[in-house]
Amino acid sequence: MKASSAPRAAGHLILAVFAVTALFPLLLVGINSLKLSTQIITNPLALPTTLAWSNFGEAWQYGHFATGFRNSLLLTATTVVTVLICSSLAGYVLAGKKIAIWPAVIVYFMVSMTVPIQLFLFPLYFGFAHLNLLGNVFAVGAVIAAMNMPLSVFLMRTFFLNVPKEIEEAAIMDGASTMQTLYRVILPIVSPGLITVSIIVGLNAWNEFLISSTFLQGNYTATLGYLSMNGTFSTNEGVMMAGAVILILPILAIFVLLQRYVVDGLVNGAVKG
Amino acid sequence: MTPAVAARRRRSGKFYLMIAPALLLSGVVVLIPGILTAYAAFTDWDGLGLHPAWVGLANFREIFADPVFRHSLRDNLVWTALFLTIPVVIGLLTAMLLLRRRRTRTVYQVIYLIPYVLAPITNAVLWLNIIYNPISGVIGFFRNHGSAIDNPLASTDTALYAVAGVDIWHFWGFLTVVYLAALRQTPLDQVEAALVEGANGWQIFRYVYLPSIRPTLQLMWVMIVIFSFLAFDYVYLLTQGGPANSTEMLSTYAYTAAFSAFQFGKAAAVGLVMSGFGLLSSFLFVWLSRKDPDL
Repeated sequence: MKASSAPRAAGHLILAVFAVTALFPLLLVGINSLKLSTQIITNPLALPTTLAWSNFGEAWQYGHFATGFRNSLLLTATTVVTVLICSSLAGYVLAGKKIAIWPAVIVYFMVSMTVPIQLFLFPLYFGFAHLNLLGNVFAVGAVIAAMNMPLSVFLMRTFFLNVPKEIEEAAIMDGASTMQTLYRVILPIVSPGLITVSIIVGLNAWNEFLISSTFLQGNYTATLGYLSMNGTFSTNEGVMMAGAVILILPILAIFVLLQRYVVDGLVNGAVKG
Repeated sequence: MTPAVAARRRRSGKFYLMIAPALLLSGVVVLIPGILTAYAAFTDWDGLGLHPAWVGLANFREIFADPVFRHSLRDNLVWTALFLTIPVVIGLLTAMLLLRRRRTRTVYQVIYLIPYVLAPITNAVLWLNIIYNPISGVIGFFRNHGSAIDNPLASTDTALYAVAGVDIWHFWGFLTVVYLAALRQTPLDQVEAALVEGANGWQIFRYVYLPSIRPTLQLMWVMIVIFSFLAFDYVYLLTQGGPANSTEMLSTYAYTAAFSAFQFGKAAAVGLVMSGFGLLSSFLFVWLSRKDPDL
């Protein structure tokens, strides 16, 4: 085989072009977050000449980010904790085929993973209104947990399937109860699975739009507070871009730190899901 | 009842208790409201009264006679076609190129996934403001420099493609990662055998890698079809179905019917039609994963 350097270079070029495509809008956000509105209108592609750090303070204030981040954290935590408890228990039962109706449960979750939100949104909305739960981040977190349940159950089931049967049998032989076996012996082995599910579901909850915008009604999450600035602040693009940076940086940091688990969760969810 | 059977019953009862939280939550949030929606689709429910009148198929007749609904259906089909091709080709191309690049692979994967992990709200608002905005965005920059291009979201001819462009920009990296993971499962000896027989790069892709990742490709296609019929976030955030209904989808059509016109019966009917498409796809989904040895 001849060492062909031209195709190799072409390959690198293609990969780089797509990397630039993915990053270009984000780079524009970065440079424009430090510019004044007039400078952005003159040329959004130019680097800033002065650094307008005050954009960030204004964005923090008008995007309701103090309330928003608190609500987003509470909502995401509710979703993640609910999903971890429910999906680890259900995944364990389904992986071990411990109940007679396990195939029916799997089919139910497969179908419920593909139903549109519009199938349950409207009656649920009136249930929420009736119970005075509109605007309640914990209740909305529980709804988002239910929406993420099928994927999480399937992910956890896959992780439980990879635990050798002998380990569980040995624990039971030693006189451990089912719950002791699960919590002391098996859960530590599947802890990478728990981390993966937390991160994937956590991202889904943090990023969720349809349910939270419909049910929270002005009780802003971080992203909804930012959305409320759009339009009213179209005159000050610098502040809008600073708001985007405030939203992007924490997610970017978490993602880069934990990218192995994100990739793992996406791949397992896609292949096994 | 023998003691052994009784003991097994007790154990199995415990396992039902363990699976109950997941099923209960899903039942309260998805199943029961879903059944209520199926009922409401045949009533004139306005979202206020608790005793809506039964109207038979009137809601379905109304939506199928509505040109906006038919246009939404068409938009969903165009959307499906766009997503079945463009991100799939980009995903396959980049995954194949990353397969042999062990050192740079992780960095590229992280970069490609960044738009995917950001919130739809963040992505949509930044595209609206810094790319598509005819005054302050990149479009505005070109206009200032003598180009006649306009905000593509403002024209009924281009709006759907402009919205799909943003969604595809955020989505394709996911496919790269999934395809790359599948490609890495291809047995190396098959690749080497093909090389020994003098196969070129395209032939190795076509006759070794492609058959090897076929189950993943099929599953992703099914997923794409399902999610194309549910598409909501980017459409609603970028255009809310406009201009002049040109980007209306089944999801935005149902949402507007419910929360702007308070025609919940009609919205429920649309929700039911959408679920029909979802169910069709999930049958395909179950059928494809039935080869899974663990099922």
